[in-house]
Amino acid sequence: MNNSVWIITKKELNSFFDSLTAYILLIAFLGFSGFFTWITGSDIFMRKEADLEVFFSVSKWTLFFFIPAITMKMIAEENKSGTIELLLTKAITARQIILGKFLACLLLIGIALLFTISYYITVSQIGNIDHGATLCGYLGLLLMSAAYIGIGLFASSITNNQIVAFLLALLIGVFFHFIFDMMSYNSGGFVGQLLSGLSVNRHFESLAQGVLDTKDILFFASLTIVGLLLSELFISKRIK
Amino acid sequence: MDVRIDNLTKSYGNQKAVDSISFDIKSGEIVGFLGPNGAGKTTTMKMLTQYMQPDSGTIWYDNSSSYDVDIRREIGYLPEHNPLYEDMPVMDYLAFAAALQSVPQSEVPSRVIEMVRICGLDVEKHKKIGELSKGYRQRVGLAQAIIHNPKVLILDEPTTGLDPNQIVEIRELIRKLGREKTVILSTHILPEVEATCDRILIINKGKIAADGTVQQLRKQSEGKSLLQVRIEGAPVEHIAEGLRLIEGLQKVLLVDTTNKRFEIESNAGDAVNRLVYRACVQNHWDLLEMIPFETKLEDIFRDLTIN
Repeated sequence: MNNSVWIITKKELNSFFDSLTAYILLIAFLGFSGFFTWITGSDIFMRKEADLEVFFSVSKWTLFFFIPAITMKMIAEENKSGTIELLLTKAITARQIILGKFLACLLLIGIALLFTISYYITVSQIGNIDHGATLCGYLGLLLMSAAYIGIGLFASSITNNQIVAFLLALLIGVFFHFIFDMMSYNSGGFVGQLLSGLSVNRHFESLAQGVLDTKDILFFASLTIVGLLLSELFISKRIK
Repeated sequence: MDVRIDNLTKSYGNQKAVDSISFDIKSGEIVGFLGPNGAGKTTTMKMLTQYMQPDSGTIWYDNSSSYDVDIRREIGYLPEHNPLYEDMPVMDYLAFAAALQSVPQSEVPSRVIEMVRICGLDVEKHKKIGELSKGYRQRVGLAQAIIHNPKVLILDEPTTGLDPNQIVEIRELIRKLGREKTVILSTHILPEVEATCDRILIINKGKIAADGTVQQLRKQSEGKSLLQVRIEGAPVEHIAEGLRLIEGLQKVLLVDTTNKRFEIESNAGDAVNRLVYRACVQNHWDLLEMIPFETKLEDIFRDLTIN
Protein backbone atom coordinates (compact mmCIF):
# COMPACT_ATOMS: atom_id res chain seq x y z
CA MET A 1 0.00 0.00 0.00
CA ASN A 2 2.53 2.56 1.09
CA ASN A 3 4.89 1.52 -1.63
CA SER A 4 2.34 2.35 -4.34
CA VAL A 5 1.73 5.76 -2.77
CA TRP A 6 5.45 6.45 -2.74
CA ILE A 7 5.81 5.46 -6.44
CA ILE A 8 3.28 8.16 -7.36
CA THR A 9 4.89 10.69 -5.01
CA LYS A 10 8.32 10.06 -6.48
CA LYS A 11 7.05 10.41 -10.02
CA GLU A 12 5.25 13.69 -9.25
CA LEU A 13 8.24 15.14 -7.40
CA ASN A 14 10.47 14.22 -10.35
CA SER A 15 8.11 15.93 -12.73
CA PHE A 16 8.13 19.06 -10.50
CA PHE A 17 11.89 19.22 -10.69
CA ASP A 18 12.14 18.14 -14.34
CA SER A 19 9.88 20.95 -15.41
CA LEU A 20 10.57 24.42 -14.09
CA THR A 21 7.59 24.30 -11.72
CA ALA A 22 9.59 23.51 -8.61
CA TYR A 23 12.31 26.09 -9.25
CA ILE A 24 9.92 28.89 -10.12
CA LEU A 25 7.88 28.12 -7.05
CA LEU A 26 10.90 28.02 -4.76
CA ILE A 27 12.41 31.20 -6.13
CA ALA A 28 9.12 33.11 -6.11
CA PHE A 29 8.21 31.92 -2.63
CA LEU A 30 11.59 32.69 -1.11
CA GLY A 31 11.74 35.97 -3.01
CA PHE A 32 8.36 37.24 -1.87
CA SER A 33 8.59 36.10 1.70
CA GLY A 34 12.20 37.28 1.98
CA PHE A 35 11.43 40.67 0.49
CA PHE A 36 8.54 41.41 2.81
CA THR A 37 10.16 39.87 5.85
CA TRP A 38 13.48 41.68 5.62
CA ILE A 39 13.35 44.62 3.28
CA THR A 40 10.08 46.45 3.07
CA GLY A 41 6.81 47.22 4.82
CA SER A 42 6.50 46.35 8.47
CA ASP A 43 9.62 44.23 8.29
CA ILE A 44 11.49 42.64 11.14
CA PHE A 45 13.66 45.71 11.82
CA MET A 46 10.66 48.01 12.10
CA ARG A 47 8.93 45.68 14.54
CA LYS A 48 11.86 45.60 16.90
CA GLU A 49 10.83 42.11 17.94
CA ALA A 50 12.75 38.92 17.31
CA ASP A 51 10.00 36.81 15.82
CA LEU A 52 8.85 35.53 12.44
CA GLU A 53 5.29 36.82 12.55
CA VAL A 54 5.82 38.92 9.46
CA PHE A 55 7.17 35.94 7.59
CA PHE A 56 4.20 33.84 8.62
CA SER A 57 1.61 36.35 7.52
CA VAL A 58 3.35 36.90 4.18
CA SER A 59 3.66 33.16 3.60
CA LYS A 60 0.02 32.71 4.41
CA TRP A 61 -0.75 34.75 1.30
CA THR A 62 1.96 33.51 -1.03
CA LEU A 63 1.06 29.88 -0.31
CA PHE A 64 -2.61 30.68 -0.82
CA PHE A 65 -1.80 31.64 -4.42
CA PHE A 66 0.97 29.15 -5.13
CA ILE A 67 -0.72 25.98 -3.97
CA PRO A 68 -3.52 26.08 -6.57
CA ALA A 69 -0.80 26.62 -9.15
CA ILE A 70 0.92 23.38 -8.23
CA THR A 71 -2.21 21.31 -7.67
CA MET A 72 -4.07 22.42 -10.79
CA LYS A 73 -2.40 19.98 -13.15
CA MET A 74 -2.24 17.03 -10.79
CA ILE A 75 -5.43 15.30 -11.90
CA ALA A 76 -6.86 17.62 -14.56
CA GLU A 77 -3.95 16.83 -16.85
CA GLU A 78 -4.38 13.09 -16.35
CA ASN A 79 -8.05 13.50 -17.18
CA LYS A 80 -7.24 15.45 -20.30
CA SER A 81 -4.49 13.23 -21.70
CA GLY A 82 -6.29 10.03 -20.72
CA THR A 83 -3.39 8.79 -18.60
CA ILE A 84 -5.83 8.48 -15.71
CA GLU A 85 -7.02 5.33 -17.49
CA LEU A 86 -3.47 3.96 -17.40
CA LEU A 87 -3.21 4.63 -13.68
CA LEU A 88 -6.60 3.28 -12.71
CA THR A 89 -6.09 0.03 -14.62
CA LYS A 90 -2.84 -0.69 -12.82
CA ALA A 91 -2.38 -2.36 -9.44
CA ILE A 92 -3.09 0.84 -7.52
CA THR A 93 -6.24 2.22 -5.94
CA ALA A 94 -7.77 5.65 -6.47
CA ARG A 95 -6.97 6.47 -2.84
CA GLN A 96 -3.31 5.62 -3.27
CA ILE A 97 -3.11 7.81 -6.37
CA ILE A 98 -4.62 10.78 -4.51
CA LEU A 99 -2.45 10.24 -1.44
CA GLY A 100 0.67 9.99 -3.60
CA LYS A 101 -0.10 13.25 -5.34
CA PHE A 102 -1.01 14.94 -2.07
CA LEU A 103 2.26 13.88 -0.51
CA ALA A 104 4.25 15.16 -3.48
CA CYS A 105 2.67 18.62 -3.22
CA LEU A 106 3.12 18.74 0.54
CA LEU A 107 6.78 17.71 0.23
CA LEU A 108 7.40 20.47 -2.31
CA ILE A 109 5.92 23.03 0.11
CA GLY A 110 7.95 21.42 2.87
CA ILE A 111 11.13 21.91 0.84
CA ALA A 112 10.23 25.57 0.27
CA LEU A 113 9.68 26.05 3.99
CA LEU A 114 12.92 24.25 4.79
CA PHE A 115 14.85 26.96 2.97
CA THR A 116 13.32 29.62 5.21
CA ILE A 117 14.94 28.06 8.26
CA SER A 118 17.81 30.43 7.46
CA TYR A 119 15.44 33.29 8.43
CA TYR A 120 14.81 31.58 11.73
CA ILE A 121 18.52 31.12 12.39
CA THR A 122 19.25 34.74 11.51
CA VAL A 123 16.51 36.13 13.73
CA SER A 124 17.55 33.92 16.61
CA GLN A 125 21.02 35.50 16.35
CA ILE A 126 19.57 39.01 16.52
CA GLY A 127 17.44 38.60 19.61
CA ASN A 128 15.60 36.22 21.88
CA ILE A 129 13.28 34.29 19.61
CA ASP A 130 10.41 32.27 21.04
CA HIS A 131 11.34 28.81 19.74
CA GLY A 132 8.00 27.23 20.61
CA ALA A 133 5.95 29.93 18.91
CA THR A 134 8.09 29.73 15.78
CA LEU A 135 7.71 25.98 15.60
CA CYS A 136 3.96 26.44 16.02
CA GLY A 137 3.96 28.94 13.18
CA TYR A 138 5.71 26.51 10.85
CA LEU A 139 3.28 23.79 11.86
CA GLY A 140 0.45 26.20 11.06
CA LEU A 141 1.87 26.89 7.59
CA LEU A 142 2.22 23.18 6.89
CA LEU A 143 -1.29 22.39 8.10
CA MET A 144 -2.77 25.24 6.12
CA SER A 145 -0.86 24.06 3.04
CA ALA A 146 -2.21 20.53 3.49
CA ALA A 147 -5.75 21.89 3.61
CA TYR A 148 -5.28 23.98 0.47
CA ILE A 149 -3.64 21.06 -1.33
CA GLY A 150 -6.72 19.00 -0.47
CA ILE A 151 -8.95 21.71 -1.92
CA GLY A 152 -6.69 22.08 -4.96
CA LEU A 153 -6.68 18.35 -5.70
CA PHE A 154 -10.44 18.27 -5.44
CA ALA A 155 -10.73 21.18 -7.89
CA SER A 156 -8.32 19.41 -10.21
CA SER A 157 -10.20 16.13 -10.02
CA ILE A 158 -13.50 17.45 -11.32
CA THR A 159 -12.23 18.96 -14.57
CA ASN A 160 -9.82 18.34 -17.38
CA ASN A 161 -8.95 22.00 -17.74
CA GLN A 162 -6.06 23.25 -15.62
CA ILE A 163 -7.19 26.87 -15.64
CA VAL A 164 -10.61 25.87 -14.38
CA ALA A 165 -8.92 23.80 -11.66
CA PHE A 166 -6.74 26.77 -10.65
CA LEU A 167 -9.58 29.26 -10.50
CA LEU A 168 -11.91 26.88 -8.73
CA ALA A 169 -9.27 26.14 -6.09
CA LEU A 170 -8.78 29.88 -5.55
CA LEU A 171 -12.51 30.47 -5.40
CA ILE A 172 -13.04 27.80 -2.76
CA GLY A 173 -9.88 28.89 -0.98
CA VAL A 174 -10.89 32.53 -0.83
CA PHE A 175 -13.94 31.65 1.26
CA PHE A 176 -11.90 29.80 3.82
CA HIS A 177 -9.04 32.28 3.63
CA PHE A 178 -10.95 35.41 4.57
CA ILE A 179 -14.55 35.63 3.35
CA PHE A 180 -15.93 33.40 6.13
CA ASP A 181 -13.91 35.44 8.58
CA MET A 182 -15.26 38.76 7.30
CA MET A 183 -18.81 37.45 7.24
CA SER A 184 -18.52 36.26 10.80
CA TYR A 185 -18.09 39.86 12.00
CA ASN A 186 -21.49 40.77 10.58
CA SER A 187 -23.42 37.82 11.87
CA GLY A 188 -23.97 36.85 15.44
CA GLY A 189 -25.01 33.78 17.31
CA PHE A 190 -24.57 30.30 15.88
CA VAL A 191 -24.00 31.44 12.30
CA GLY A 192 -21.31 33.81 13.38
CA GLN A 193 -19.60 31.12 15.39
CA LEU A 194 -19.85 28.63 12.57
CA LEU A 195 -18.39 31.09 10.07
CA SER A 196 -15.52 32.03 12.31
CA GLY A 197 -14.95 28.35 13.02
CA LEU A 198 -14.59 27.73 9.28
CA SER A 199 -12.06 30.51 8.82
CA VAL A 200 -8.54 29.42 7.97
CA ASN A 201 -7.42 32.85 9.08
CA ARG A 202 -8.63 32.43 12.67
CA HIS A 203 -7.13 28.98 13.06
CA PHE A 204 -3.88 29.99 11.44
CA GLU A 205 -3.46 33.18 13.47
CA SER A 206 -3.78 31.36 16.74
CA LEU A 207 -1.14 28.84 15.67
CA ALA A 208 1.12 31.59 14.36
CA GLN A 209 0.96 33.27 17.75
CA GLY A 210 2.21 30.10 19.35
CA VAL A 211 -1.03 28.69 20.71
CA LEU A 212 -1.08 24.98 20.04
CA ASP A 213 -4.71 23.96 20.18
CA THR A 214 -6.05 20.58 19.04
CA LYS A 215 -9.13 22.39 17.69
CA ASP A 216 -6.98 24.16 15.09
CA ILE A 217 -5.14 21.00 14.15
CA LEU A 218 -8.43 19.11 13.85
CA PHE A 219 -9.84 21.87 11.66
CA PHE A 220 -7.00 21.72 9.15
CA ALA A 221 -6.89 17.93 9.25
CA SER A 222 -10.60 17.61 8.51
CA LEU A 223 -10.45 20.17 5.70
CA THR A 224 -7.59 18.16 4.18
CA ILE A 225 -9.38 14.84 4.56
CA VAL A 226 -12.62 16.14 3.08
CA GLY A 227 -10.70 17.49 0.07
CA LEU A 228 -8.87 14.22 -0.46
CA LEU A 229 -11.97 12.07 -0.04
CA LEU A 230 -13.86 14.18 -2.56
CA SER A 231 -10.98 13.91 -5.04
CA GLU A 232 -10.94 10.16 -4.58
CA LEU A 233 -14.68 10.04 -5.11
CA PHE A 234 -14.44 12.04 -8.31
CA ILE A 235 -11.63 10.08 -9.89
CA SER A 236 -13.25 6.77 -9.09
CA LYS A 237 -16.53 8.16 -10.37
CA ARG A 238 -14.98 8.06 -13.81
CA ILE A 239 -14.84 4.33 -13.34
CA LYS A 240 -18.62 4.18 -13.28
CA MET B 1 -5.74 -17.16 -16.94
CA ASP B 2 -9.22 -17.90 -18.23
CA VAL B 3 -11.62 -15.06 -18.75
CA ARG B 4 -15.35 -15.57 -18.60
CA ILE B 5 -17.91 -12.90 -19.25
CA ASP B 6 -21.46 -13.32 -18.13
CA ASN B 7 -24.31 -11.15 -19.44
CA LEU B 8 -22.27 -7.98 -19.44
CA THR B 9 -24.33 -4.82 -19.98
CA LYS B 10 -23.34 -1.18 -20.05
CA SER B 11 -25.36 1.85 -21.10
CA TYR B 12 -24.44 5.46 -21.63
CA GLY B 13 -27.66 7.28 -20.89
CA ASN B 14 -30.31 5.66 -23.04
CA GLN B 15 -27.85 4.10 -25.40
CA LYS B 16 -26.85 0.54 -24.74
CA ALA B 17 -23.16 0.30 -25.59
CA VAL B 18 -22.85 -3.31 -24.58
CA ASP B 19 -25.96 -5.43 -24.47
CA SER B 20 -25.74 -8.57 -22.31
CA ILE B 21 -22.83 -10.26 -24.01
CA SER B 22 -21.30 -13.48 -22.74
CA PHE B 23 -18.23 -15.39 -23.84
CA ASP B 24 -15.37 -17.53 -22.62
CA ILE B 25 -11.71 -17.15 -23.38
CA LYS B 26 -9.24 -19.85 -22.48
CA SER B 27 -5.66 -19.28 -21.50
CA GLY B 28 -3.39 -19.32 -24.52
CA GLU B 29 -6.06 -18.07 -26.88
CA ILE B 30 -5.74 -14.95 -29.00
CA VAL B 31 -9.15 -13.45 -29.53
CA GLY B 32 -9.90 -10.59 -31.89
CA PHE B 33 -12.76 -8.21 -31.29
CA LEU B 34 -14.04 -7.06 -34.61
CA GLY B 35 -16.76 -4.58 -35.22
CA PRO B 36 -17.66 -1.26 -36.78
CA ASN B 37 -16.92 1.93 -34.88
CA GLY B 38 -19.16 2.35 -31.87
CA ALA B 39 -20.00 -1.34 -31.68
CA GLY B 40 -18.96 -1.65 -28.05
CA LYS B 41 -15.45 -3.06 -28.41
CA THR B 42 -13.70 -0.37 -26.39
CA THR B 43 -16.42 -0.29 -23.74
CA THR B 44 -16.09 -4.05 -23.30
CA MET B 45 -12.34 -3.67 -22.93
CA LYS B 46 -12.71 -0.87 -20.41
CA MET B 47 -14.90 -3.15 -18.33
CA LEU B 48 -12.47 -6.04 -18.69
CA THR B 49 -9.66 -3.85 -17.33
CA GLN B 50 -11.85 -2.59 -14.47
CA TYR B 51 -11.70 0.98 -15.69
CA MET B 52 -15.47 0.93 -15.96
CA GLN B 53 -17.99 -0.91 -13.95
CA PRO B 54 -20.67 -2.83 -15.84
CA ASP B 55 -24.31 -1.95 -15.18
CA SER B 56 -24.93 -5.64 -14.78
CA GLY B 57 -23.17 -8.90 -15.46
CA THR B 58 -19.96 -10.41 -14.17
CA ILE B 59 -16.41 -10.78 -15.40
CA TRP B 60 -14.55 -13.81 -14.08
CA TYR B 61 -10.79 -14.09 -14.08
CA ASP B 62 -10.24 -17.76 -13.29
CA ASN B 63 -12.37 -17.96 -10.16
CA SER B 64 -12.29 -14.36 -9.07
CA SER B 65 -14.73 -11.65 -10.02
CA SER B 66 -13.75 -8.98 -7.50
CA TYR B 67 -12.74 -5.45 -8.36
CA ASP B 68 -9.29 -5.15 -6.87
CA VAL B 69 -5.61 -4.64 -7.47
CA ASP B 70 -4.84 -8.35 -7.40
CA ILE B 71 -6.70 -8.84 -10.65
CA ARG B 72 -5.41 -5.66 -12.26
CA ARG B 73 -1.86 -6.82 -11.52
CA GLU B 74 -2.41 -9.77 -13.87
CA ILE B 75 -3.70 -7.60 -16.70
CA GLY B 76 -1.65 -5.72 -19.26
CA TYR B 77 -3.64 -3.03 -21.03
CA LEU B 78 -3.00 -0.84 -24.02
CA PRO B 79 -5.86 1.68 -24.02
CA GLU B 80 -7.41 3.20 -27.11
CA HIS B 81 -5.46 6.28 -28.31
CA ASN B 82 -2.50 5.05 -26.24
CA PRO B 83 -2.29 7.80 -23.59
CA LEU B 84 1.24 8.40 -22.27
CA TYR B 85 3.10 10.86 -20.06
CA GLU B 86 4.58 13.11 -22.73
CA ASP B 87 7.23 14.70 -20.54
CA MET B 88 8.65 11.47 -19.14
CA PRO B 89 11.70 9.80 -20.68
CA VAL B 90 10.96 6.34 -22.12
CA MET B 91 13.09 4.42 -19.62
CA ASP B 92 11.70 6.28 -16.60
CA TYR B 93 8.17 5.71 -17.79
CA LEU B 94 8.69 1.98 -18.25
CA ALA B 95 10.25 1.75 -14.78
CA PHE B 96 7.27 3.67 -13.37
CA ALA B 97 4.80 1.30 -15.08
CA ALA B 98 6.71 -1.73 -13.82
CA ALA B 99 6.80 -0.42 -10.24
CA LEU B 100 3.06 0.33 -10.32
CA GLN B 101 2.39 -3.25 -11.37
CA SER B 102 4.37 -4.49 -8.35
CA VAL B 103 7.43 -5.73 -10.19
CA PRO B 104 10.02 -6.09 -7.36
CA GLN B 105 12.42 -3.15 -7.21
CA SER B 106 15.43 -5.35 -7.96
CA GLU B 107 13.92 -6.69 -11.18
CA VAL B 108 12.71 -3.37 -12.58
CA PRO B 109 15.92 -2.40 -14.44
CA SER B 110 16.26 -5.79 -16.13
CA ARG B 111 12.58 -5.79 -17.14
CA VAL B 112 12.94 -2.30 -18.61
CA ILE B 113 15.97 -3.36 -20.62
CA GLU B 114 14.16 -6.44 -21.86
CA MET B 115 11.15 -4.40 -22.97
CA VAL B 116 13.42 -1.96 -24.79
CA ARG B 117 14.91 -4.94 -26.63
CA ILE B 118 11.64 -6.76 -27.38
CA CYS B 119 9.81 -3.65 -28.56
CA GLY B 120 12.74 -2.25 -30.52
CA LEU B 121 13.04 0.96 -28.54
CA ASP B 122 16.81 0.99 -28.25
CA VAL B 123 17.44 4.04 -30.44
CA GLU B 124 14.80 6.13 -28.70
CA LYS B 125 15.13 4.96 -25.12
CA HIS B 126 16.57 8.19 -23.68
CA LYS B 127 14.14 10.51 -25.44
CA LYS B 128 11.07 11.98 -23.84
CA ILE B 129 7.89 10.22 -24.94
CA GLY B 130 6.53 13.48 -26.37
CA GLU B 131 9.39 13.55 -28.87
CA LEU B 132 8.65 10.11 -30.30
CA SER B 133 6.93 9.35 -33.59
CA LYS B 134 3.58 7.62 -33.51
CA GLY B 135 5.01 4.19 -34.22
CA TYR B 136 7.47 4.44 -31.36
CA ARG B 137 4.79 5.75 -29.01
CA GLN B 138 2.75 2.68 -29.89
CA ARG B 139 5.71 0.49 -28.99
CA VAL B 140 6.08 2.28 -25.66
CA GLY B 141 2.37 1.66 -25.03
CA LEU B 142 2.83 -2.01 -25.79
CA ALA B 143 5.97 -2.21 -23.65
CA GLN B 144 4.22 -0.75 -20.59
CA ALA B 145 1.40 -3.24 -21.08
CA ILE B 146 3.63 -6.32 -21.04
CA ILE B 147 6.44 -5.18 -18.73
CA HIS B 148 5.09 -7.04 -15.68
CA ASN B 149 4.55 -10.25 -17.65
CA PRO B 150 0.76 -10.24 -17.23
CA LYS B 151 -1.39 -13.32 -17.68
CA VAL B 152 -4.03 -11.43 -19.62
CA LEU B 153 -3.22 -8.95 -22.32
CA ILE B 154 -5.87 -6.51 -23.52
CA LEU B 155 -4.91 -4.42 -26.54
CA ASP B 156 -7.21 -1.81 -28.02
CA GLU B 157 -6.13 -1.39 -31.64
CA PRO B 158 -2.48 -2.30 -31.11
CA THR B 159 -1.20 -1.65 -34.62
CA THR B 160 -2.65 1.77 -35.44
CA GLY B 161 -0.01 4.19 -36.65
CA LEU B 162 2.60 1.54 -37.39
CA ASP B 163 4.26 1.08 -40.75
CA PRO B 164 3.85 -2.28 -42.55
CA ASN B 165 7.15 -3.66 -41.25
CA GLN B 166 6.33 -2.69 -37.70
CA ILE B 167 2.87 -4.20 -38.07
CA VAL B 168 4.40 -7.54 -39.00
CA GLU B 169 6.80 -7.30 -36.04
CA ILE B 170 4.07 -6.44 -33.57
CA ARG B 171 1.83 -9.20 -34.88
CA GLU B 172 4.65 -11.69 -34.43
CA LEU B 173 5.20 -10.40 -30.92
CA ILE B 174 1.51 -10.78 -30.11
CA ARG B 175 1.49 -14.32 -31.50
CA LYS B 176 4.52 -15.18 -29.40
CA LEU B 177 3.00 -13.70 -26.26
CA GLY B 178 -0.29 -15.43 -27.01
CA ARG B 179 1.22 -18.87 -26.54
CA GLU B 180 1.15 -18.59 -22.78
CA LYS B 181 -1.17 -15.67 -22.17
CA THR B 182 -4.76 -14.84 -22.83
CA VAL B 183 -4.78 -12.11 -25.45
CA ILE B 184 -7.75 -9.99 -26.39
CA LEU B 185 -7.25 -7.41 -29.11
CA SER B 186 -9.60 -5.18 -30.98
CA THR B 187 -9.23 -3.91 -34.47
CA HIS B 188 -11.12 -3.01 -37.57
CA ILE B 189 -8.32 -4.10 -39.83
CA LEU B 190 -9.60 -7.43 -41.12
CA PRO B 191 -6.34 -8.98 -42.33
CA GLU B 192 -5.02 -8.33 -38.85
CA VAL B 193 -7.42 -10.72 -37.16
CA GLU B 194 -6.81 -13.29 -39.86
CA ALA B 195 -3.08 -13.00 -39.28
CA THR B 196 -2.99 -13.00 -35.49
CA CYS B 197 -6.13 -14.37 -33.94
CA ASP B 198 -7.19 -17.91 -33.15
CA ARG B 199 -10.73 -16.78 -32.72
CA ILE B 200 -12.87 -13.88 -33.80
CA LEU B 201 -15.72 -12.21 -31.99
CA ILE B 202 -17.68 -9.93 -34.24
CA ILE B 203 -19.48 -7.34 -32.17
CA ASN B 204 -22.24 -5.21 -33.58
CA LYS B 205 -24.52 -2.79 -31.75
CA GLY B 206 -23.37 -4.10 -28.39
CA LYS B 207 -24.12 -7.71 -29.20
CA ILE B 208 -22.03 -10.62 -30.38
CA ALA B 209 -22.87 -11.18 -34.03
CA ALA B 210 -20.50 -14.08 -34.59
CA ASP B 211 -18.00 -16.12 -32.66
CA GLY B 212 -15.53 -18.63 -34.05
CA THR B 213 -12.36 -19.24 -36.00
CA VAL B 214 -11.93 -17.66 -39.41
CA GLN B 215 -12.73 -21.03 -41.03
CA GLN B 216 -15.84 -21.53 -38.95
CA LEU B 217 -17.10 -18.08 -39.81
CA ARG B 218 -16.58 -18.80 -43.48
CA LYS B 219 -18.65 -21.95 -43.22
CA GLN B 220 -21.28 -20.15 -41.22
CA SER B 221 -21.66 -17.60 -43.90
CA GLU B 222 -24.20 -19.92 -45.56
CA GLY B 223 -21.62 -22.19 -47.16
CA LYS B 224 -21.57 -19.92 -50.17
CA SER B 225 -18.84 -20.49 -52.68
CA LEU B 226 -17.85 -18.46 -55.64
CA LEU B 227 -16.33 -19.85 -58.83
CA GLN B 228 -14.92 -17.98 -61.76
CA VAL B 229 -14.78 -19.86 -65.07
CA ARG B 230 -13.66 -19.05 -68.59
CA ILE B 231 -15.37 -21.11 -71.24
CA GLU B 232 -15.04 -20.97 -75.03
CA GLY B 233 -16.46 -22.95 -77.90
CA ALA B 234 -19.90 -21.35 -78.25
CA PRO B 235 -21.46 -17.90 -78.24
CA VAL B 236 -21.53 -16.39 -74.73
CA GLU B 237 -25.30 -16.35 -74.58
CA HIS B 238 -25.44 -20.08 -75.28
CA ILE B 239 -22.91 -20.82 -72.63
CA ALA B 240 -24.68 -18.65 -70.08
CA GLU B 241 -27.95 -20.35 -70.95
CA GLY B 242 -26.37 -23.77 -70.60
CA LEU B 243 -24.78 -22.95 -67.27
CA ARG B 244 -28.04 -21.67 -65.87
CA LEU B 245 -29.61 -25.05 -66.62
CA ILE B 246 -27.24 -26.80 -64.22
CA GLU B 247 -29.03 -27.70 -61.02
CA GLY B 248 -27.66 -26.33 -57.75
CA LEU B 249 -26.27 -23.11 -59.12
CA GLN B 250 -27.72 -19.97 -57.66
CA LYS B 251 -26.48 -17.29 -59.90
CA VAL B 252 -24.54 -17.11 -63.13
CA LEU B 253 -23.06 -13.79 -64.05
CA LEU B 254 -21.32 -12.87 -67.23
CA VAL B 255 -18.49 -10.69 -66.06
CA ASP B 256 -16.29 -10.38 -69.15
CA THR B 257 -17.81 -10.79 -72.61
CA THR B 258 -14.62 -10.70 -74.70
CA ASN B 259 -12.81 -13.30 -72.60
CA LYS B 260 -16.01 -15.18 -71.85
CA ARG B 261 -15.62 -15.18 -68.09
CA PHE B 262 -18.47 -16.14 -65.81
CA GLU B 263 -19.00 -15.95 -62.08
CA ILE B 264 -20.96 -18.75 -60.51
CA GLU B 265 -22.41 -18.58 -57.06
CA SER B 266 -23.70 -21.69 -55.38
CA ASN B 267 -24.44 -23.50 -52.16
CA ALA B 268 -23.10 -26.81 -53.27
CA GLY B 269 -19.45 -26.44 -52.29
CA ASP B 270 -16.96 -28.53 -54.26
CA ALA B 271 -19.66 -30.36 -56.19
CA VAL B 272 -20.15 -27.31 -58.39
CA ASN B 273 -16.75 -27.74 -59.98
CA ARG B 274 -17.74 -31.22 -61.14
CA LEU B 275 -21.13 -30.11 -62.42
CA VAL B 276 -19.63 -27.29 -64.43
CA TYR B 277 -16.95 -29.58 -65.86
CA ARG B 278 -19.56 -32.16 -66.94
CA ALA B 279 -21.68 -29.52 -68.58
CA CYS B 280 -18.66 -28.37 -70.58
CA VAL B 281 -17.88 -31.92 -71.70
CA GLN B 282 -21.48 -32.59 -72.71
CA ASN B 283 -21.73 -29.39 -74.72
CA HIS B 284 -18.22 -29.67 -76.19
CA TRP B 285 -17.14 -26.37 -74.75
CA ASP B 286 -13.54 -25.67 -73.88
CA LEU B 287 -13.02 -25.01 -70.21
CA LEU B 288 -10.02 -22.69 -70.04
CA GLU B 289 -10.06 -21.50 -66.47
CA MET B 290 -11.71 -22.46 -63.21
CA ILE B 291 -10.84 -20.41 -60.13
CA PRO B 292 -12.51 -21.02 -56.79
CA PHE B 293 -12.85 -17.95 -54.59
CA GLU B 294 -13.12 -18.14 -50.84
CA THR B 295 -15.64 -15.91 -49.17
CA LYS B 296 -13.60 -13.09 -47.81
CA LEU B 297 -13.72 -12.06 -44.17
CA GLU B 298 -14.74 -8.64 -45.44
CA ASP B 299 -17.90 -10.13 -46.90
CA ILE B 300 -18.75 -11.98 -43.72
CA PHE B 301 -18.13 -8.85 -41.75
CA ARG B 302 -20.33 -6.80 -44.04
CA ASP B 303 -23.04 -9.44 -43.99
CA LEU B 304 -23.13 -9.47 -40.23
CA THR B 305 -22.82 -5.80 -39.48
CA ILE B 306 -24.92 -4.09 -42.12
CA ASN B 307 -28.63 -4.44 -41.77
